[in-house]
Amino acid sequence: MRDLKLKRDWIHGWLLLLPALVFLFAFTHIPAVTTLINSFFSTPRGRRSAKFIGLDNYDRMINDPVFWKVLWNNLWFALGTIPASVALAIVMALWVNDKLAGRSFVRMAYFTPTVLPLIAVANIWLFFYTPGFGLFDQITGFLFGWPASNYLGNPETALNAIIVVTVWKEAGFFMIFYLAALQAIPVSLKEAAQIEGAGRWTIFWRITFPLLMPTTLFVCVNAVINSFRLVDHIFILTDGGPDNASALLLFYIYEVAFRFWETAYGATLTVALLALLSLLAIGQFFFFDRKVHYK
Amino acid sequence: MTGSSDLFDRSLNTIAAWALALLWVLPLAYAVWTAFHPAAYEARFELFAPLTLENFAKAWDAAPFARYFLNTFILVTMILAGQFFLCTLAAFAFARFEFPGRNILFALVLLQLLVMPDILMVENYKTMRLLDLVDTIPAIALPYIASGFGIFLLRQTFMTIPKELDEAARIEGASVLGVLWKVYIPLAKPTYLAYGLVSVSHHWNNFLWPLIVTNSVETRPVTVGLSIFSAIDSGIEWSVINAATLMTSGPLLIAFLLFQRQFVQSFMRAGIK
Repeated sequence: MRDLKLKRDWIHGWLLLLPALVFLFAFTHIPAVTTLINSFFSTPRGRRSAKFIGLDNYDRMINDPVFWKVLWNNLWFALGTIPASVALAIVMALWVNDKLAGRSFVRMAYFTPTVLPLIAVANIWLFFYTPGFGLFDQITGFLFGWPASNYLGNPETALNAIIVVTVWKEAGFFMIFYLAALQAIPVSLKEAAQIEGAGRWTIFWRITFPLLMPTTLFVCVNAVINSFRLVDHIFILTDGGPDNASALLLFYIYEVAFRFWETAYGATLTVALLALLSLLAIGQFFFFDRKVHYK
Repeated sequence: MTGSSDLFDRSLNTIAAWALALLWVLPLAYAVWTAFHPAAYEARFELFAPLTLENFAKAWDAAPFARYFLNTFILVTMILAGQFFLCTLAAFAFARFEFPGRNILFALVLLQLLVMPDILMVENYKTMRLLDLVDTIPAIALPYIASGFGIFLLRQTFMTIPKELDEAARIEGASVLGVLWKVYIPLAKPTYLAYGLVSVSHHWNNFLWPLIVTNSVETRPVTVGLSIFSAIDSGIEWSVINAATLMTSGPLLIAFLLFQRQFVQSFMRAGIK
């Protein structure tokens, strides 16, 4: 009798799962595997079908200066966006969680960029950055007398300009998670510390910040994934230029696969991206010492 | 700590919070300013500059935005319906059934949080060509409808529902799907709302995959339409581009301003796991 129920459970479980798994495998797991397989083949062209070329694509990748350039850019992009947006998110959450005059306006101001499409955000910032004419130059010109400068057209500053836009877009999103975490911290802890004579600074570093650790882990994981995923604004702001100064890995994959139609090389670059993501996932898992458990 | 230094501290914080908030709305405010004023006032800020809706009219006439909006609307509806259906069934299986392979399959579902369909665009495009779906709205939607995030979120919610309710319904003769429909789904409504808002805003804003897989007016969502509209170097005025930009983000922005509390809470709920 118990066996029968167990068997029925199996069948029900599998049947319920089946539709989702079909789609999940069709568009995530199988493509991931075929990406790997295709990276060992040449790009099929016209009537010429793909043929096995071993590690040639990988050889090309290692000798491709643009690949190293975009990888390097991606590292800077991650280093530029993650700490800044996480730190800003914590500060924003602390402020908004406080009894602040005009709190709802402030919260709205921080969060609004999150609901805007990244494409729209890019349009707004493109205008903002316009040399001479845009608000950015107008303000710096008025306050410091700086000359007009083409932030997006200069290889030195293009990536930084994109980092600023990304931080602007992301910080408010991460703030929400911190806000939720802050509201879950019992007030009694803070009150006890205040009675002991602890200042705001001490309370933050000794009580609030450690208690926010699981949220920080969650936000960091998200931020790392985003640093490889967010490329929409590059299309509008710089199109990867000048001279690939602001291209990121996923953007380069798009270029190779859908502008030059070298799909096999695109697959090889995708394998590199997947390898990088898995390495980071494993690294984060050990680095944060499994402080959060999902049950 | 003395009262006066506390007061000083507090006002300093308030000023800083406001300064950052103003800095944060500045780009958007600038776009709003130019969109609602004639082109002559693009960089001239006068309090009594004449207001106009002409930029919006120009943008609306210059590109088939009505069609783009319809496409986006169909797209997000399709994705949301598919996600609700597939994720509910899968989440129910993971939450309440014992079967061999459960843990491995769940790990495979979670893997999608790391490896998103966008990253696999090269292969997914080949799949769509194989299915002869390139340049259709379902092609944009299909990779996203089995969402690992959605399955995870609903499973967490379903697991908090007391088993007694489930058993009581079964004793009354409800089938497996009956229990799901009558007990689990109604009790998980807040999660559905939260997930729905997150999903709609995410796919309304999505760009890269639709850009790849669509190439006609009949299928393009607003984000792709906007990028094409603003990329034309034919000297379209900034004020018109800004009007188009605001127009495409408008529905979400207005919904956000109206339902600010629900939005923020939804994102919070979706984030706590």
